[in-house]
Parts: sequence; C-alpha cells; structure tokens
Amino acid sequence: MATAEAAHHDEHHGHPTGILRWITTTNHKDIGTLYLCFSLTMFMVGGLMALVIRAELFQPGLQIVDPHFFNQMTTMHALAMIFGAVMPGFVGFANWMIPMMIGAPDMALPRLNNWSFWILPFAFTMLLASLFTVGGGPAAGWTLYAPLSIQGGMSVDMTIFAVHMMGVSSILGAINVIVTIFNMRAPGMTLLKMPLFVWTWLITAFLLIAVMPVLAGVVTMLLTDRHFGTAFFNPAGGGDPVMFQHIFWFFGHPEVYILILPAFGIISEIIPTFSRKPLFGYTAMVLATAGIAFLSFIVWAHHMFTVGMPLAGELFFMYSTMLIAVPTGVKVFNWVSTMWRGSLTFETPMLFAIAVVFLFTIGGFSGLMLAITPADFQYHDTYFVVAHFHYVLFSGSVMAMMGGAYYWLPKWTGHMYDEKLGKAHFWLNTIFFNITFFPQHFLGLAGMPRRIPDYALQFTEFNVISSIGALGLGLSQLLFVYVVFKCVQGGKKASSEVWEQPLGLEWTVPSPAPYHTFETPPRIS
Amino acid sequence: MLSSRMRTAAANVFSGIAIGLTADVAIAAWGVNLQPPVSPIGHDILELHNLILLICLIIFVVVFSFMFYSLYAHRKSKGHEAAQFTHSTKAEVVWTVIPFLILVGMAIPSTATLIKMEDTSKADLTVKITGYQWKWQYEYLDHGVGFYSTLSTPRAQIEGIAPKGEHYLLEVDKPLVIPTNKKVRFLLTANDVIHAWWIPQFGIKKDAIPGYINEMWTLVETPGTYRGQCAELCGRDHGFMPIVVEAKSPAEFDAWLASQKQGQAKDTVDAAKVWSKDELLAHGEKVYANCVACHGTDGKGVPGAFPAIAGSLVATGPVAAHVGVVMDGKTGTAMQAFKNQLSDLDIAAVVTYQRNALGNNTGDIVQPTQVSSVR
Repeated sequence: MATAEAAHHDEHHGHPTGILRWITTTNHKDIGTLYLCFSLTMFMVGGLMALVIRAELFQPGLQIVDPHFFNQMTTMHALAMIFGAVMPGFVGFANWMIPMMIGAPDMALPRLNNWSFWILPFAFTMLLASLFTVGGGPAAGWTLYAPLSIQGGMSVDMTIFAVHMMGVSSILGAINVIVTIFNMRAPGMTLLKMPLFVWTWLITAFLLIAVMPVLAGVVTMLLTDRHFGTAFFNPAGGGDPVMFQHIFWFFGHPEVYILILPAFGIISEIIPTFSRKPLFGYTAMVLATAGIAFLSFIVWAHHMFTVGMPLAGELFFMYSTMLIAVPTGVKVFNWVSTMWRGSLTFETPMLFAIAVVFLFTIGGFSGLMLAITPADFQYHDTYFVVAHFHYVLFSGSVMAMMGGAYYWLPKWTGHMYDEKLGKAHFWLNTIFFNITFFPQHFLGLAGMPRRIPDYALQFTEFNVISSIGALGLGLSQLLFVYVVFKCVQGGKKASSEVWEQPLGLEWTVPSPAPYHTFETPPRIS
Repeated sequence: MLSSRMRTAAANVFSGIAIGLTADVAIAAWGVNLQPPVSPIGHDILELHNLILLICLIIFVVVFSFMFYSLYAHRKSKGHEAAQFTHSTKAEVVWTVIPFLILVGMAIPSTATLIKMEDTSKADLTVKITGYQWKWQYEYLDHGVGFYSTLSTPRAQIEGIAPKGEHYLLEVDKPLVIPTNKKVRFLLTANDVIHAWWIPQFGIKKDAIPGYINEMWTLVETPGTYRGQCAELCGRDHGFMPIVVEAKSPAEFDAWLASQKQGQAKDTVDAAKVWSKDELLAHGEKVYANCVACHGTDGKGVPGAFPAIAGSLVATGPVAAHVGVVMDGKTGTAMQAFKNQLSDLDIAAVVTYQRNALGNNTGDIVQPTQVSSVR
C-alpha cells in the first residue's frame, strides 16, 4: 500500500525528465546512481591508462610510449582510480543505501548533495584535459612530490585546481553523511543498531573532513611555490622538500582508510546475509573501525622511512603502524567467525566478499611487512609496494564495491542480475587479478623499482605474466558492465527481500526501491 | 604521444611472449626473494624478512583453514543449519591479545637491526653521493677524487634496434669503487629533485634530497660488482639512472684511487690546449650523451616539454649566452647547471657540437679557455 501511495505521489510532482532530471535532481537515489555511473566511467578510463602502462612493460625496451608519457600515465591512472573511481563509488553507495538503512526519506541536505556530485565531472574534465596541454599531463606521480612537481607545466596547475574541486566535493558529501546519520535516523535506530556500512561511512566521513583540507593546503603551497615566489618546498629559499611529504601523507594515510573502511562496511553486510547468521562481534567491529581511524592519524611517516628520520621517529612510526594489524585482525577474525557454523550459499556477492576477505588479508600482511622499517628499506618504492596496494585497493575496495553492486542491484533496479554471468565475471576478475598482481611481489623483492618504463632483463618473465593478466583483468570488466546494463534493462523480478531473510531496513521496501522511501519513518524495536 | 614505435610493437608482442615464457637460460632469473646479501645489514634484513614472511604465512594458513573448512562444511547445500551466536568475549580477547604479542615479538629483532643501520659512526671511508637528473656524482671527500656516473647502455638497445646486453640498464660508464671489509659511510644529497640510492645486495636505500644530507653505511664482505638503480621517481629518465658499485680488496682500491688522482691532473692539461674543430666535434658528440634524455638524439627535443636544440635561438644566437645556459642551467626546469659536472673541454666541445650539428651550422668554435674565463 505504501508503494502505491509513493508512486502516486511521484506523478504529482511533475519531475523534469531526460537530462534535466539528472542535472536538477535532489533525490538521494538519483544522485547515488549518478555517482555510481561516474565511478564506473572513471574506473574504465583509469583502467585504460593501466593497460598503457602494462603494454609498455610487457617486455624490456621502449616500445609504445615515451618515458615522459609513461610517467603521465602512472600519475593519471592513480588520480583517476583514487579520486574518480573509488571515492565517488563509495559516495554512490552511501547515497543509495544510508537513507534506506537508517529509515530516512532522503539525505539531510539534498541540494548540497546535488552540488557535491556535479562538481566532479568538471573537476575530472579539467584533470583529463591536462593531458592535452603543452608538455602533457602531470608526470610527478599522484603524490605530486616537490620539487619534481614544481618542474611540471601548466598541467600541474590544472591538477591542483582539480584536486581542490574534488576536495570540496568530498567534504560536502562527508558533511551530508554526518548530518544525515546524526539527525535522520528512524525512531529506535540507536547508533549501536545502525548497520555496519552506516558506521564505517560515518567514521570515513569524519576522516574526510579531517584530512581533505590538509591536501588542499599542501597543493596550495605547491601552487604558490610554482607561481607566487614562495619557497615552502625549495631549499634554495629556505624551504623543505620533506615537509611536502609529511603534510601530504598526513592526508595520505587517513585517505587509505577512506578508501577501505566503506568496503569493510559492504563486506560486513554481505557476509551475514549469505551465512544466514548475524554479524559476529558487532560492537568489536565498530570499535575496530574507530581504532583503525584513530591510528591512521599517527602512522603517516611509514610512507617515507627512506627520507632519513631520526631513529626515535622511525621506531615510533614502525610501532604505531604495526599496531594497526590488531584492529584489522579483529575484523578478519570476525568475518570468518560470521561464516563459521552458518548456512552458506555462494551467490556472486558472497563470492566477492569471501575473495575480499582472503585477498585483502594478503595485502594486510604485506602491509605489516612494509611496516618493519629495516625491511621496508628494501621494499620501499619497488613493485612489492605496487602489489601491496593493489591487493588492498583492488581486491579490497574495488572488489567490495563489485560485490556490493551485485548485492544491491536487484534492490536498485527491481531485477535479478544474471547469476551465471555474475559468477563468470567474478572468476575471470579474480583469477586475472592474481595473475596481474601476485608476480609483482616477486618483482619488487628481486629489486625492480616502481614507476619505471623499462627494466633490466631479469625482470622480464614476471612482467610478461603481469601484463597478460592485466589485459584479461581489463577485458573481464566489460562483462561487468554488460551484466549491470542487462540487469537495468530487465530480468527476473526481484522480491522485496531479494535474498533469504536478509537483515536491514532496505529489504523492507519493494524492489525497485520507490523514488521516495520512508516518508513516514519506520519504527525499530 | 603514441610514437611510431607502435608498428614494431605489434611484431614484438609475439617475440615478447617467446622471450618471457621460453626457458632462455641466460635471462630466466625468476627471482622470487630478496637478492643474496653481501653486507652484515643485508644478512640481518634477509633474516628479518624471511622470519616475518614465515610468521605471516603461518597465521594466514591457520586463519584461512578455518574459513575454508567453514566454506566446505557449513554449506546450506549440505543442509547445514545456521547457528545464531553473535559474539564470544573470550575469543575476542584472545584474538586481540595474541596478535599483539606476536607483533611485540616481531618488533624486537626489527628494532635491533634498525639501531645497527642507523649507526654511521667510525667509518673508514666517506663517499658523498649527489643525485642529478639523471646521473649520480660520487666524491671521495678525503681524497679529492670525484666523478659522474651515467647509464652506458646504448640507445639502440633501449629502442630495440640492437640486442640487449647482459646488464641492460644496469651498467654505467664509471662505477663507484669501494674497498671490501671497510665501513663505508655515504652522504647523500641531490641537486635538483629527490632521488634514492639503492643497492639491493647491500640492504640499504635512502633518498637523496636537495638541501639535505642523509647518511647511511655499508660494509661489503665479498669483492664483486653490485647493481641497483634510482628508486624515487625523478622525472623522465628515472628508469635510466642505474647505480653500479665495484667492491675491490683494500690494496686494489688504493691503487685505483691513486690512478684516479693522476687522471684528474690530465684534465687541467687538456683545458689549456687549443683544439681543432674536428677534435671538438668528435668529443662534443660523446659529451652530447648528457643532453640526449631531454633534447633527443636528433636535437628535436619533446615539443612542449623539452625544447629543441636544432634551430633554437640559444644554439644559433650569441655564443656567450649558449655557454651560459649550459654552465648555469635554467632554474625551474630540468635544464641543470653543468658547470660542475663537465670539464672546460667538455663544455667547449658540446657547445661547438650543438652549434655545428643537429641541423645547426653556425661555424662557431668554442675553446676550453673561453669556458674557463667565465667560470
């Protein structure tokens, strides 16, 4: 009955249709869809850049691109993936799911929500356009280390401006999430009853507000160094190149958790559903998330052990970094315990969730190895690091989002996705991912530095394997796009519950979720 | 941006698979762990690495055998009913405390190694290392000997015209030479952007940062040639600034050091002589190797990023201004000051070469004395 009323309601509003609907929308579901489509687009763009990198590294020698263009590709690939694919992707999930999970009719600040999305296409148009400026795109790596970034052309200024815009977008989005969660929960939805996805996003939003201004600050200092005669990072003027890294990583390490905590949230929703068993250790999961967020502020210099710190500094950052293994371990143990003695089935979202737990842990362990300072001197800036952060970012964040997409697509579209193709995508994706990135551990240990367009002959074998894997990994994402597209177009009708007795308010509304949900708040007992 | 090499690339795809996957003994290294160490710190790090990897593997296997057992045994298709427990304080305390204790166990040997690494006192020899885009400078501070070390792999090998040599990309014109079984202290800095000096077999890596002097040390036990490369992105040719170190017995090292001192005396003689145009052009072509990375073998540069020399205002304008740019560089760009890197003869020769080759034909000849007069 509530559905019929909602549908009826919609007609009377007289929404703009076509493109204007999307430009003017203040509806959290529309904006969620926009974010998710944007994220998928940038994922493909960033992926193409990765394929350029892997094509050049397919064999020793320079074959396809100039080293300068290679550096632009490594830089842009990272910027597109981090700021274009993963961050907006999670905001898309937040928009769609947070109001439905806490029983709110919409996000608290709908107009702000519209703006925070529509800044992004402009930011990324500018960032990508910088590739076509005189001298090419930014080539100093996504970390934009001074003084190398001071040498770049106008593309660096465009990148700085684009980073500011993304920062504004993220901060607005984060404010919206916090205000929504604190003010719009349905009666009875106490903080400790919120789904874990909502919790992880709440903590992520605080991280965003804390560190995005720091990034904005450091790139502004870079801008004034480049054009207005300051010397923050120029030793000839009394500045300090290492200060750039300290400020950057004070943003950068919490950023790492901004990229992974919502993924933990998604996994914590999926695993209980397909284990038919409530999440194990809910309170411990919340505390572990908060603990990881706190620690993220005091470990930043582990990204820069090789800059030459005093022994006491190195020891502090080594110990604090190692400590992160404790709350992260708690999470992994709790996921495994959630599955333990459950009644497991293996639909596509569950396959992704299990793979994330397994593969993310590999990335977690290599992270622990990287924390060991003396050994880090060997791993630092090698392919070992590249393998490590792809195991946490791809098989952590990205695969969690894929799992989340399969999990909630029936709710979003009202149709079941094609389970056979979904599983095919999972296996292709996961196998090719490992073919691409596992050998990179060996390359790094054997001594291959990252960010090089050409390499010594002893690194050939694993690079060939990695490049073949990358091609397969890239192509398998076309299948993902096809499955999503097909599911939007039609398919078996999904019930409200979609899965077998899943927990959460989102499963109490029909599929597809009506344009407006929970206009009268539900009561949570 | 996609170069004309695209065409050959397609053909190379097949040979690439062949190179990569056939058992070519000469290059099939399949290295899966750290390179064999040759210094005490290197041994410590390898032990530490193996220990921590082993601990991680054990935990991994234990944790995931629980998960995979569950995936096997607790399936709905086997009719397993879900239990409904939601927490267990005992288990949660255990798996918080045990990992913490394991971490403490890891921290102890790590701390011990780190303390050893950071002790640069009582060195027998000090070498100052300066990073440049894209080469290294080595100075033996107590002996007045110093030189630059650049990639010696021919362009033809990089571009795939000639077959690649055994030490492709890991060979230099003048390696750093150090004595074995002596504590050698390195002082690191850079002239332009941040670089990082790394020899995997020594177990040491540290950033060379403009305005900073970093310290590290090694003690090499076995004579031999050790190879590494720059490990911090430093611009276009970051992948092309290798590091080669020759460790010689102390006696051989002393003999080498003496010969270096003599070699530097010869440079002063060269600078006083008057050179013919052909001699200058021949030498200039060799020195031009310093310029190729940005300005290209053909002198055409990279449009927008690195200016051309062919037909440029600098290379066809006044000689003094041209010499000035080469000597003092151009601030804010990758064009560095070469005055301390190249001898008077080198600078005179390369300027002469640039003005009479690469499509330029000014007829100007620059003598080393002209360079020394503006130093």
